[in-house]
Amino acid sequence: MATLIQTKAGGENLSAAVPMVVIQPPRGWFDLDFAEMWAYRELLYFFVWRDIKVRYKQTVVGAGWAVLQPFATMVVFSLFFGKLAKLPPEGIPYPIFFYCALLPWTYFAGALSGATSTVVENQRLITKVYFPRILLPLASVISGLVDFAIAFVLLIAMAFYYGMVPTAAALLLPAFLLLAILTALAAGLWLSALNAIYRDVRYVMPFLVQFWMFASPVAYPSTLVPERWRWIYGLNPMAGVIEGFRWAITGQGQAPGGLIFVSAGVVIVMLIGGLLYFRRMEGTVADVV
Amino acid sequence: MSEIAIRVEGMRKRYRIGERERYTALRDVLGNAIKAPWRMLRGKNRGASNGKPDHIWALDGVSLEIKHGEAVGLIGRNGAGKTTLLKILSRITKPTEGRAEIHGRVGSLLEVGTGFHQELTGRENIYLNGAILGMKKAEIDRKFDEMVAFAEVETFLDTPVKHYSSGMYVRLAFAVAAHLEPEILLVDEVLAVGDAAFQKKCLGKMNEVTRAGRTVVFVSHNMSAIENLCASAYQIDGGHIVRAGDTRTVVSGYLAEQHRPEANPFTNCTRTGNGKLRVTSFRLETPLGKPLDVARSGEAVVFAFGFENRGCAARDRVSFSFSVHTDHEVAVFHYYSHFSNTVFENLPATGTFKCRLPELALAPGNYLVMCRAMLNGDQFIGTEADWPQVYVPLSVASGDFYGTGDVNLTTWAPILVKGTWSME
Repeated sequence: MATLIQTKAGGENLSAAVPMVVIQPPRGWFDLDFAEMWAYRELLYFFVWRDIKVRYKQTVVGAGWAVLQPFATMVVFSLFFGKLAKLPPEGIPYPIFFYCALLPWTYFAGALSGATSTVVENQRLITKVYFPRILLPLASVISGLVDFAIAFVLLIAMAFYYGMVPTAAALLLPAFLLLAILTALAAGLWLSALNAIYRDVRYVMPFLVQFWMFASPVAYPSTLVPERWRWIYGLNPMAGVIEGFRWAITGQGQAPGGLIFVSAGVVIVMLIGGLLYFRRMEGTVADVV
Repeated sequence: MSEIAIRVEGMRKRYRIGERERYTALRDVLGNAIKAPWRMLRGKNRGASNGKPDHIWALDGVSLEIKHGEAVGLIGRNGAGKTTLLKILSRITKPTEGRAEIHGRVGSLLEVGTGFHQELTGRENIYLNGAILGMKKAEIDRKFDEMVAFAEVETFLDTPVKHYSSGMYVRLAFAVAAHLEPEILLVDEVLAVGDAAFQKKCLGKMNEVTRAGRTVVFVSHNMSAIENLCASAYQIDGGHIVRAGDTRTVVSGYLAEQHRPEANPFTNCTRTGNGKLRVTSFRLETPLGKPLDVARSGEAVVFAFGFENRGCAARDRVSFSFSVHTDHEVAVFHYYSHFSNTVFENLPATGTFKCRLPELALAPGNYLVMCRAMLNGDQFIGTEADWPQVYVPLSVASGDFYGTGDVNLTTWAPILVKGTWSME
């Protein structure tokens, strides 16, 4: 024990640049501290790592759930909307048509729900340790990408099965994915901050996610929406994301065009608002959560 | 490096009453809006309708300065504002008014095992918890073996902590926390976990940290721990600093306040005995006769019992006694004056029996005192004159019983002994 402590005492020398922190009441609206977030990047990594490690602990199917969920939904949709309701498939096999939408949607729905509940779930942590609280929703949104990647493998398999060849449009897939990530983060920031104060959010979430799905072209093509209303449709960023995915993966139909720009604009506004609102809540969240 | 580690100026923190552990349901907001729409619009829906204030100032103008390398204790009753101050300094919550500057990397330890995840293994939790407490991954890698050795959980490293015994869990949690090496360490009452042996180990570790020259702010209700670890202390009460200075003085003052009896316990107690004599008061004094609120291990102390003579004749002989008990009412010692061949005669109408103990052999802690007067008695034969059926509190603070200059007495037994040691 004694030797152990001697090495400790002599081990570290205080760095020359002593960081100085000023603590004062919250003021202003615009005090985002990106440098601090960067300084805490390792903790973000550990939060993501924890989320992933814990997610499928003590389950039989394990990470298989990441594939099973969108796959099962795809089968149901193909049967009901495709075979029975005879939805116009726009020249794409039904399973591919639905799976292309379910892939980003499942990610989005999971990331959003995770991000929304994360502040409340980590209540103990928030009241006992300081770290930029934004790491929590951020970690939820990032850790969902693992499930996305697993589910994506199935898409590749399906593409092979249906003999589809990727086109140049597939190169834009990361951009659409980024849009999905930012949408989940933006909405997650708002909802997690609200959830910390109003627990009603917890009960609203299932409905919200469901309504949002109906408002997105998951189970139907966006061409069902009349052309002149299409841009309003784009106000739902997930409409842009899903249309983008379908187009980028199948290479068929027309590029989402204007829709995607409206979506991107909306996301940026939501994200900035979410960041500011979340930041404002951050100072006192430990007192109310 | 600047000499000041922490500077706090006019720090105030307001809490709405009932705000902690309470959250607003939208229903309440809507309900209020319907009940009192105008007030809602004017933004006063939280007004104090019942005349009581709807907020408290958990901190009400605290200013202090802590230098680098200082170990400072924060003491005070529950709800005095100690933890609030610590939470503000560790940036968990923001102050309502005021300002603080912190020079240096801060590590705060408000709880042991913060962020432990039940499903993760011991190894995984070390990394997670370390990162949450502010360690870099490289730092955790480097100290990993030390932590595991400290926690004594080598064989269970790859078992999820949900299968750990509570002792193992706490040891692991503390091991991670103990290896936190910030320049400034903020510690809340975290030593109050685990068994006695483990607490001692933690205390030892804390001692190393302070000796290593780190700045430490330590909140505790364990006064001997505060005295051992900290050179200076602040007492907080009602959100104010009410006492500051060297630890011994502050702790003594605080303890005295805590143990000052509300009323004289002898005025209305049941008694046995013939009543020819009546004990009316008890106090501790220094050998010079100054009242003393707290006794110290190893120091001279006078037990003084005031009495009223209610009918003892001049030639009546009184043997007076008192006993000291642990706070569990287990007797520690019992001392009749006639043991030392002292009996009292010619009692005045009122007076004081005094017993001077040259060297108090009690370990730090809280004790109870009881007293009894016997008439014409020696060798336990005689008539009981007065036996108040009441325990009077006695607090003993740590002192230099062994004359080594070290007041660091961690003993679990109430009695202290000393002698000489040798080996043959």
